[in-house]
Amino acid sequence: MNRIIPERTLGRARHVLLGTREKTGLLTHLVLFVLTIGLCYVFVSPLLTMLSMGLKDGKDLNNPLVNWFPTKLYTGNFDRAWVVMGGWNTVITSGSMFLIIAAVQTFSSAVIAYGFAKSEFPGRKLLFALMIATFVIPDQVTFMPRYLMFREYGMLRTYLPLLLPAALGNGIRNAIFILIFYQFFRMMPKALDEAAMVDGAGYLRVFFTVSIPLAVPAIVVVFIFSFVWHWNETFLTDLYFGNAIGTMPLLLERFTDNYTKIFPPNVDNPMAVLNEGIRMAATLITVLPLLVMYILVERKLIESLDRTGITGE
Amino acid sequence: MSAFLRRHQRQLAGLLFVTPWIIGFAIFTAYPLVTSVVYSFSRVTFPLDGIMLEPVGVANYTNVLMSDPDFKLALSTYLTQLVCYVPMILVFSCMLALLLNSPIRLRKLVRAIFFLPVIIVSGPVLASLSQMGAAVLLGLEDFPVYEFIHRFVPPAVAMPILYVFDNAVLILWFCGVPILIFLSGLQKMDRSMYEAAMVDGASAWQKFWKLTIPTLKPFFFLNGVFSVVEISMSTQNPIIKLIKDGLFQITRGFGFSAAVTMLYFLIILVSVLILYVLFGREKRDIVAAQPRRAVKS
Repeated sequence: MNRIIPERTLGRARHVLLGTREKTGLLTHLVLFVLTIGLCYVFVSPLLTMLSMGLKDGKDLNNPLVNWFPTKLYTGNFDRAWVVMGGWNTVITSGSMFLIIAAVQTFSSAVIAYGFAKSEFPGRKLLFALMIATFVIPDQVTFMPRYLMFREYGMLRTYLPLLLPAALGNGIRNAIFILIFYQFFRMMPKALDEAAMVDGAGYLRVFFTVSIPLAVPAIVVVFIFSFVWHWNETFLTDLYFGNAIGTMPLLLERFTDNYTKIFPPNVDNPMAVLNEGIRMAATLITVLPLLVMYILVERKLIESLDRTGITGE
Repeated sequence: MSAFLRRHQRQLAGLLFVTPWIIGFAIFTAYPLVTSVVYSFSRVTFPLDGIMLEPVGVANYTNVLMSDPDFKLALSTYLTQLVCYVPMILVFSCMLALLLNSPIRLRKLVRAIFFLPVIIVSGPVLASLSQMGAAVLLGLEDFPVYEFIHRFVPPAVAMPILYVFDNAVLILWFCGVPILIFLSGLQKMDRSMYEAAMVDGASAWQKFWKLTIPTLKPFFFLNGVFSVVEISMSTQNPIIKLIKDGLFQITRGFGFSAAVTMLYFLIILVSVLILYVLFGREKRDIVAAQPRRAVKS
């Protein structure tokens, strides 16, 4: 072997394919490339499944020869799923509600984190440790007394049971949000605050005019996460809202019941039977608002995530 | 008094900023936590004008552990999820973070795609997908590997492997945030350490085990805790369904649900403790590494 191909050629070929210490080889690149494509496919395939099944009519669904691409684009599934999901009404009411809650949670987290980050009051360490510890207390552990409390004050079926804990820094996954702000405020140079104080600004003024404007990346991250996690929450919303406020995941959960109410099965309209296509259409409709939002803010979110450095010290 | 105020102004201001959290913690976390414990030792009934608690000792717990028909299955499913998912999430997300940290094309796009599940996944969406079989890796059963494992590997070993295969997509979908945390850990790492190792003639394999993994150890702990909480709170966890459904059932009620909740909470705490024993005590190494780094720069 060595005689047929000169050793130097063999060595160079090995270097090009497998790489040297300094440079990554061609083969490594290829492996990485294939791996990346495969993984991306795994991540995106459920979305593609939703789309492709949602666009199939009854015939295509039952035809084993039709795989990813329907024979014709059929939007009837989406029309019907959209009606059952409450249409724009659901998107706007639940969306605006969660926007308000997310805004409140972002603000309160910033305030609380500022207190933890910028001063050394007695008991700070203990309180901070407690705050971190709340991360491992799931909502399922505290919801029963909370539920009874909200029932007593007649707050069920309104959005207050989600808003009040969020406003007081004990909402959904609040420990993470406070921690993100905390680390951000800690990274800020102390000299900035001090300069503002020398100029005669009070604590509130420094907070609003110096710290908050600098904390935009943290605000972006916390706001988006708070919105998304509230939007996707179903355990608490189901208990607190009942049928009074419909969020998209809740309506997806109750899709079968609602569907048969709106489109009762009858002989005249065989197309109206609830099939997989309609279910997948409804699932896609549920995630679509978040998907659109993600595509719009993705660049800003990733950039902000980089700058907040959401990790422990 | 005013002199006192002036001297401790900074501390008081800080305390004032934190006050909302203290109130919130008292009302929405501490009080409910204690009350839940009380519920778990009582029979809770609702006469017309409110709540009545009747202490029953550990009856709720014995009820849950001994005689409930659904608890055992729910518990074993939950524990299987924890034991299989958490290590897999850690391994997968570490690998994916390494992949994203290497020079690949369209890195930003790939990263955005890996993060997608964090944005769109909710309980009902997952349920609806797994109902469709869309959460199973498409066509994986057709691969010869599957058949091979079924036939030649003893069931005790094969079970977890097949379980992981069956839930591969689900596990990958839990990886979003861990990938992010590992990635920021990797990016914080000191390039010069790698260069020094390279000069000393370390192979990529050695660099990975001797440098990358030790540096990432605290992040393993962080991600482990995050994954445990994530899996526990996910609607895929049958315990949660049991807790929720039990509330208004005549045979179960609030006391029963509270007892299940406490056991469930205990499992989470024990898991966190195990993770701490495995990954948490490595702070010393990192601290020891720091002065060296400082000298170099």
